[in-house]
Amino acid sequence: MKLAVMVNEGPYQHQSSDSAYQFIKAALGKGHEITRVFFYHDGVNNGTRFGVPPQDDRNLTQLWSELSKKHGLDLVVCVAAAQRRGILDADEARRHGKSGDNIADGFRISGLGQLIEAGIQSDRLVVFGD
Amino acid sequence: MSEIKKFLYVNRKAPYGTVYALESLEVVLIGAAFDQDVSLAFLDDGVFQLAKGQKTTDIGMKNFSPTYSALGDYEVKKIYVEKESLEQRGLTPDDLLHLTYEDEDYAEKDSIQLVSRAELADIMDQQDVVMSF
Repeated sequence: MKLAVMVNEGPYQHQSSDSAYQFIKAALGKGHEITRVFFYHDGVNNGTRFGVPPQDDRNLTQLWSELSKKHGLDLVVCVAAAQRRGILDADEARRHGKSGDNIADGFRISGLGQLIEAGIQSDRLVVFGD
Repeated sequence: MSEIKKFLYVNRKAPYGTVYALESLEVVLIGAAFDQDVSLAFLDDGVFQLAKGQKTTDIGMKNFSPTYSALGDYEVKKIYVEKESLEQRGLTPDDLLHLTYEDEDYAEKDSIQLVSRAELADIMDQQDVVMSF
């Protein structure tokens, strides 16, 4: 089955992105295809590489990056939600005159159209939120 | 991308206090460009999103409720409000914004339909894509 996943909460404060991550790993293990993971609301905070969680805790952003690399996952951060919350790639940083960018490996910033498109092109859209 | 799917946006939270309502509306507006079969549902505290007479100056936030009135221009014609949620909050349909769209003959039609919890469950069941906020 072609599955799209939407993640609506940031890491650590809520378990949503942990659940989404575990769900995707399990779905891939069962042979399903993940068409896209779309990060919205505070979910965009999954995409900052500046997080430094304690060493004995999971590093969700790193887990996402590794999973993306292993399976070619398309991790998309909503641009409008990202701008509000200070998640920037090099292009966005330049465009808005910011001194640095913080997007993590495997993530890309794009528009809400990517979410709608994923909904249209997938068999299911699975939403992880509060 | 010629396939038309049934999209339902479920709004369950108050308009202020969290950003879900505002960012949900942004998805609806962008999604309108994709020519899908779109419906909106308002339930739980989400019914407050459609309350008329919202004034936000004292909390320093933008009152985005006028945007709901533009939904008709975006071809969003089906707005379901859950009856039980309204009643539980002491609201009546008269407390809500008057949302309309123009039909093929340019006649103004009401967008808001009051539905029971059971009817809303059926509506959700008929959808291809349900996003809840």
